[in-house]
Amino acid sequence: MPERASWQVIAGLTGLLVLSSLVWMFQGIGGGNRSFILTLRATKLAGLITVGASIAIATVLFQTVAANRVLTPSIMGFDALYLLLQTLLVASVGITGFAMLDPTLKFLAEIAVMVLLAGLLFGTLLGRGARDIPRTILTGVILGVLFRSISGFVSRILDPNAYAVVQSVSFASFGSINASLLLPGGLIAAGMIAAAFALSSRLDVLALGRTAAVSLGLRHRRMVLLTLALVAVLVSVSTALVGPVGFFGLLVAGLAHGAAASDRHAALLPIAGLIGALILVAGQTIFERAMSQPATLSVVVEFAGGLFFLYLLMKGRIR
Amino acid sequence: MIEIHDLHYRVGAAPILSDISLSLPEGSLTALIGPNGAGKSTLLRLMARLEPLQSGRITVEGLDLATTPTDAMARTLAIMGQQNSVASRLRVRELVGFGRWPHHQGRPRAADREAVEAAIDAFGLQPFAGRFLDELSGGQVQRAFLAMTFAQDTAWMLLDEPLNNLDVAHARALMARLAQLVQDTGRSVVAVVHEVNYAAAWADHVVAMKHGRIVAQGAAEAVLTEDLLSDLYDTPVEVSRHDGRPLVLHHHSHSRIADLSRGRLPDRARLS
Repeated sequence: MPERASWQVIAGLTGLLVLSSLVWMFQGIGGGNRSFILTLRATKLAGLITVGASIAIATVLFQTVAANRVLTPSIMGFDALYLLLQTLLVASVGITGFAMLDPTLKFLAEIAVMVLLAGLLFGTLLGRGARDIPRTILTGVILGVLFRSISGFVSRILDPNAYAVVQSVSFASFGSINASLLLPGGLIAAGMIAAAFALSSRLDVLALGRTAAVSLGLRHRRMVLLTLALVAVLVSVSTALVGPVGFFGLLVAGLAHGAAASDRHAALLPIAGLIGALILVAGQTIFERAMSQPATLSVVVEFAGGLFFLYLLMKGRIR
Repeated sequence: MIEIHDLHYRVGAAPILSDISLSLPEGSLTALIGPNGAGKSTLLRLMARLEPLQSGRITVEGLDLATTPTDAMARTLAIMGQQNSVASRLRVRELVGFGRWPHHQGRPRAADREAVEAAIDAFGLQPFAGRFLDELSGGQVQRAFLAMTFAQDTAWMLLDEPLNNLDVAHARALMARLAQLVQDTGRSVVAVVHEVNYAAAWADHVVAMKHGRIVAQGAAEAVLTEDLLSDLYDTPVEVSRHDGRPLVLHHHSHSRIADLSRGRLPDRARLS
């Protein structure tokens, strides 16, 4: 159970998220088409909360496995793999075929492929003696570059219209959430987040490192693979909904570590999820409503995340 | 008892351990000694199930390491590694509390909290118990990890170079504490020790290794002889007696033995 100080942080963040959500829902709402606008806003709000919490929790989980606070799932090539799948799909079935695919089925198939490939990659690496996480991560970095290179190569042989479709899924946009995937994506993300909470005590043990975890009776390899599977699913959901994001998770995980009274996952996971959702909801409210710049949040978030990355480097807080 | 039968271990084509058969007595402090590359840590890591067995068999209190579930083994055998640091920001009391995890799986009871406080007391960590690990010295962190291993309350504790990061005073205090612990609780400790005099002063049982093989094993007095140690480390050593225990000195300091025995060296220069 989280400590009292962490409960206070969780309560405060929940209050701020509720407040931001109310402002998002009801600010400037007029008399006409009220229900249509509320439905539209509620859909987007659900998407922002799903994406914010998914990226935040995926990053915290990944950093627990990697025992390093500067790494994010995108470094391991998770989102590069997702984009490669999209590019190959467009290249193989064409724009019309791509548009005619059932979005939910396509989404579920992509998640399955992501988990399968992540399992094959890390399962093989972990099973063949490369049990040290740094080597596994370095392999992930190299594979990420490989996936991006293949995507780039395939993009160059596409016709311009198909290329435009690939480009549209290659950049994050919090202003245009893929609403057709929201329900399955939200349900899957909720399931994964609930599983992460249920595993929080085991995640604490995992964070102690392999020797201590084995000594304490944790099935280390199984736990690492399970955690990476959760990360793969959460990254798939967020990338499918808004596109790839790099530094946002780093920013949120860093803020969560700072806000939590300790690094116990029972406190860290809800705090990270709430901060992720709060930044997206409050940020999108400010940029879309106050500044009429609905597509700017992703740029600002990535910029702030990049600055935070530099801050971590300069402060020597990377472990 | 830990029993090892016909253990072999290779990395690629290179043999790391060959033909290891061993019985480690329970209720004793066993020191694994030998030169760098002798295979001491590898043997300990195999006993600790940190490396997969390639051939041979290890049993701990009758439990076969290859077939016993790791959570059941965690209530029999605790391990402390060489490198002890965690990425998480934890207080000392939280870290020591993890030692009880095999017993409560995340839901600590009053008995677990008492065991944690006892472990904190046993290793003199009470003044730092509320502090974060990254605020402590390397030696204090080492003691915190030892306390976690102790709190696990297992029949066997495997310690890979537990004296890392400790100064002479703390190293001596720790070895004395481990010896006392063995005597008081009947638990068994196996420790990889580089400084042979710590083994000489406190170990009940010594296993000497070289080139991945067991060279000798038995009571400290029987194993720590001039011939064996000179051959083990490929350097001449002298073995004297001090307080009824062996005292090992390098050959080049032979002339100092006489000084030591005549009390000419100041107290701080004495080894034990």
